[in-house]
Amino acid sequence: MTTNEDNKRKYWLDRPENVTKIVWLLWALCFILVAVDFIYHKHPYFSFDGTFGFYPIFGFIAYCFIVFSAKLLRRFVKRDEDYYDE
Amino acid sequence: MNEFLLNPAILMMAGGLLALTLPKRLLGLWAVIVPTLSLFWFLYLPEGESGQLTLLGMELITLRIDHLSFIWTVIFHIAATLAGLYAWHVKDRQQQVSALIYSGAAIGAVLAGDLVTLFIYWELTALSSVMLIWASRTEAANRAGFRYLVIQVISGLLLMSGALVIYQTGGSLKFEHIGLEGLSGWLIFIAFGIKCCFPLLHNWMQDAYPQATVTGTVVLSAFTTKLAVYSLARGYAGEDILVIIGATMTAFPIFFAVIENDLRRVLSYSLNNQLGYMVVGVGIGTELAINGAAAHAFAHILYKALLFMSMGAVLHRVGTIKASELGGLYKSMPWTTTFCIIGALSISAFPLFSGFVTKAMILTAVAGEGQWIIWTVLLFASAGVVDHSGIKVPFFSFFYHDAGHRVKEAPWNMLLAMGITACLCIGIGVYPEPLYAILPYAVDYAPYTTAHVITQLQLLLFAALAFTTLIRKGWYPEEIHSTNLDFDWVYRRVLPAAAHLIIAATRRTIDTISLLLSKPAIIIVKRVANNSLVSTIVTGNPSTGAMVGWISILLSLFLMLNFI
Repeated sequence: MTTNEDNKRKYWLDRPENVTKIVWLLWALCFILVAVDFIYHKHPYFSFDGTFGFYPIFGFIAYCFIVFSAKLLRRFVKRDEDYYDE
Repeated sequence: MNEFLLNPAILMMAGGLLALTLPKRLLGLWAVIVPTLSLFWFLYLPEGESGQLTLLGMELITLRIDHLSFIWTVIFHIAATLAGLYAWHVKDRQQQVSALIYSGAAIGAVLAGDLVTLFIYWELTALSSVMLIWASRTEAANRAGFRYLVIQVISGLLLMSGALVIYQTGGSLKFEHIGLEGLSGWLIFIAFGIKCCFPLLHNWMQDAYPQATVTGTVVLSAFTTKLAVYSLARGYAGEDILVIIGATMTAFPIFFAVIENDLRRVLSYSLNNQLGYMVVGVGIGTELAINGAAAHAFAHILYKALLFMSMGAVLHRVGTIKASELGGLYKSMPWTTTFCIIGALSISAFPLFSGFVTKAMILTAVAGEGQWIIWTVLLFASAGVVDHSGIKVPFFSFFYHDAGHRVKEAPWNMLLAMGITACLCIGIGVYPEPLYAILPYAVDYAPYTTAHVITQLQLLLFAALAFTTLIRKGWYPEEIHSTNLDFDWVYRRVLPAAAHLIIAATRRTIDTISLLLSKPAIIIVKRVANNSLVSTIVTGNPSTGAMVGWISILLSLFLMLNFI
């Protein structure tokens, strides 16, 4: 199944600079999405979700909060893989 | 009688039994043909109630087609067909037979017009589905399957107890709105709650689903939990407590999903989180919210099956599904990668994918009720979905560090099943009208407004931006070999240990007492005890309802402690 040729073949994503390009693209898209916040007509459900940059800030912070809390959770619940010995 | 036999559920299950006698090479074809034909037959059936039966003096309605049961029956058939195609190559009779019986039983439960019929099918889904776990034929799968079965049977026992209490008190056994009133209401609520993975009742899923076979997990992911959502929508729509339960369900599994290494278990946590949205929708109970719950169940069955299919294909080819041992598989399995990403975009509710047009109905309904805290929790959980299913599952298996696996692409039938499911996910996202047309109520909702598209893109892309920042900084938790304790720890470790302690202590106490007391005294004590028990039963005091309740609780405890 494994051939040397397969393993040696370089893919576009194998180059770190290409991964960086994707990250820059994401930054650019995010920048545009924040800029759009000035233009489009909002229909907030409540008052707080109509404030400038609510969704971008919420998305970013919620994500970080989840990841860091999970790291903290891991300290308490992590055991060996064969903990239940099955 | 004919109407009873021509129920799609009976046809599916008969098809399953027939598969016992078919040559093995025909099993794959059979698993696709039976649900397809059954679906066509179902679409031909008129709305209304039929298939009446009399059992022990109770009037049963075995076939009820209305706006609520219709959409669930349709998606269950579609899921069964796709799962059949995905398992085309499997030459294991146990799996194909039980998959057909299981999906048939789930359809029967949805079409059940009374609680007794519901109970019978409810237990049948438990008994047939456990075969898909045991089909892995490993020690871990055997044990997880037993735990799964015990918990599912307890759910059925509670449902039966609730139905008996209703029957004893002269109520109607028809399966309609039940509500949280009295003992029966609560017994049935908890029965549904177990199958629906309410918090603390949830762990059977994360325990058992990852132990099932590659194709078995795809089947399992579709039916049991969504049957529970349907039952809640039928029996408990508008119950406020469901809003809180559902919101909790959306939030807590995402933390476990981040640190879980087994990617099929990550998807199980994710499934739990998605059920939360539907439960909130049912709890809100307005027409928009129920429509949202039904639409989300429909879309969810497809994208969740797609995600489980793609991870199943990886497990099938590589032999492991541990994130810590995977990476770089896009090079060998480009199609599977593409389909997985489509599933990931759908569950993340990216515009033009199915989750976008369904989940937002629930959030809009929640906001419409002015429930800003619940709404914020659901939005928070949406950022969590981006992490565990949107990014983590595809990223750690197909990209990230190349683990050096060079394998063949998934078999043709798996690719075809994934391809069709992926098309349906995009189809619903791009053109949701056909789905909206079969929802329980008339739809007055437009998903593609400028504000909705922009806010959703902002939320999703900034969550993705957070991911890239964290992973490049090295702050994202590494995928490592581990077991994470969840609530199953209580019944796999704490309860058995406590039971041993109590039994040992009781033995010691009895020994001491029998030494102290003389024989005649013991005889007297026994007589008194017997007489009081007898008198309680004869006079029917306390109430029969309470008795049934207690018996079911004791039986459940007995089952738990014996088998776990």
